[in-house]
Amino acid sequence: MKDMKKLAAVFAMLAMVASSGTGYAATMVTADGSSTVYPISEAVAEEFGKANSDVQITVGVSGTGGGFKRFCKGETDISNASRPIKSKEADMCFEEGIEYIEIPVAYDGLAVMVSPQNDWVTSLTVKELNKIWAPDSQGKVTNWNQVRSSFPDKPLKLVGPGTDSGTFDYFTEVINGKSGSSRGDYVASEDDNVLVQGISSDKNALGYFGLAYYEENKDKLKLVPVDDENEGNGSGAVAPSMETVLAGTYQPLARPIFIYVSKKAAERPEIQAFIEFYLKNAATLSEEVGYVPLSAQAYELALARFKAGKAGSLFKKGTAGIKLEDALSK
Amino acid sequence: MIQGAQPIQKIIAAQKRNEAIFRVVAIAAVAISLATLGALLFDAFSDGLRRLDWQFLTSFPSRKPERAGILAAIAGSFYVVSLTSAISIPLGIGAAVYLEEYAKNNRFNRMIEVNITNLAGVPSIIYGILGLELFVRMMKLDRSLMAGALTLSLLALPTVIISAREAIRTVPSSIRQAAYAVGATRWQTTRDHVLPLAFPGIMTGIILAISRAIGETAPLIMIGALTYVAFLPTGLDSPFTVMPIQIFNWVSRPQKGFFECAAAGIVVLLILTLMLNGLAIILRNYYQRKFSVRSL
Repeated sequence: MKDMKKLAAVFAMLAMVASSGTGYAATMVTADGSSTVYPISEAVAEEFGKANSDVQITVGVSGTGGGFKRFCKGETDISNASRPIKSKEADMCFEEGIEYIEIPVAYDGLAVMVSPQNDWVTSLTVKELNKIWAPDSQGKVTNWNQVRSSFPDKPLKLVGPGTDSGTFDYFTEVINGKSGSSRGDYVASEDDNVLVQGISSDKNALGYFGLAYYEENKDKLKLVPVDDENEGNGSGAVAPSMETVLAGTYQPLARPIFIYVSKKAAERPEIQAFIEFYLKNAATLSEEVGYVPLSAQAYELALARFKAGKAGSLFKKGTAGIKLEDALSK
Repeated sequence: MIQGAQPIQKIIAAQKRNEAIFRVVAIAAVAISLATLGALLFDAFSDGLRRLDWQFLTSFPSRKPERAGILAAIAGSFYVVSLTSAISIPLGIGAAVYLEEYAKNNRFNRMIEVNITNLAGVPSIIYGILGLELFVRMMKLDRSLMAGALTLSLLALPTVIISAREAIRTVPSSIRQAAYAVGATRWQTTRDHVLPLAFPGIMTGIILAISRAIGETAPLIMIGALTYVAFLPTGLDSPFTVMPIQIFNWVSRPQKGFFECAAAGIVVLLILTLMLNGLAIILRNYYQRKFSVRSL
């Protein structure tokens, strides 16, 4: 009997420990969305938090699509997105009366990789990449000499991100012409570190993923320069780097990544302070975590759009081939 | 002698051989699982120990791996598991007592029993979806500690109920009859005799359920537990993160430093789980000694 009472007391104590404190009164900034944008938002949140300890910032990783679902229900203030909002998602926001301001924060380059032991590939054209990854190639294009006749007779092993990733969406859009359309017979993983392993350990492998993962694994991977056969933006094959991404010559495999801010949330002073801080520091912080910063002009234009409260998306038809500065100054 | 029967020596030799084979198989089974555990532990410790220091335990997440820490996740896990225990243990034991001691053996109750058993096998992500709709959206708890704890409680309940029922069933009915004979009510009998005797068995179930809850990621990601949280939970409505989510995030980062952070996080999670289990086992043994001597 006594012991049962003791037990009951233990439970009561557990409950009290768990419920101690009286709710949080501090101001909150809530962000969620893409795991690609996460490192930048995390860096900004970390630095902003140091300067403003009374503001509590949370960042989640529900993926770009998952982030928009919550954003359009009014559950978050900011949505991280590795691609522009889709019309379906925009409709969802419209129905719930959520207006949003679109802010590009950095570029992300997609890198095409082979193993360092691969001595025959020095560059690939977009057409060749399309031949490798097109849905029709499934089960047919299985040898390197089918990609280019001068390549050796070696089996073609493909590695790439899974279908839930924004990287997959963007790569298939610019290489295969339609977002989400790709051959399915390749080794897919949502974990980019697994992709690094897959490519570095097989001399016949080819794969693609974010440039940041190449930067950290240079010794294990060989970068493949890509030729879009368009003399207008750099002739010949271009390798991704800070310079080529920023200059717009590493096309089409570089894309801007975004944050979306709810217009209603943007009325709050802490959100305004956070976004201003974000845009003023995005250049240094995004480079620090492995991304390519936008031009200073682009950040200024984005900040002006935010301050003017201009809602809606500039990239309803995607981001491929659009110069950010031109789009933002409209 | 029966025709065709073997001499007794032969039979005995065959039996001994079988015995020896069985022994080897049993030892191999233990060795394989221990070796796997050992390899896992060695791997986590060799990568993680270098990174595991006071700074790691007392820092919030950071973009720089050498400055990153697991404090918010430790606090989040601690609060969530405490709350989950406080919710699921009394409810689970209560349900088990009802089903074993009070419920009539009719079709309805048998249906409940079958359903509880089935619930124990439901994948955890399903509980996450239920938690998202029920607690986060309908009850408007948002992505709070309370929503997380309620979701994990749903996950833990079937295990607690099933093991508590098993434990209650092992209490000899002579104990109940003796209590009734001296005029005790059903509640008095349950409280003073059945539950104390069943307690060690109930504890085993609780250990299993809570150990599972502390390592769960999927349902919490589903209800929207966060990754970057640079403050400690301040109340039941506070946003939170937990250790498995933080570890998962570190593993998927490109920088090698985060890989060490993840390994160190795994070591912390392992140590905390072992401490929790150790506490539960000490409690169980204490009650086992106490009650078995008195009542039998």
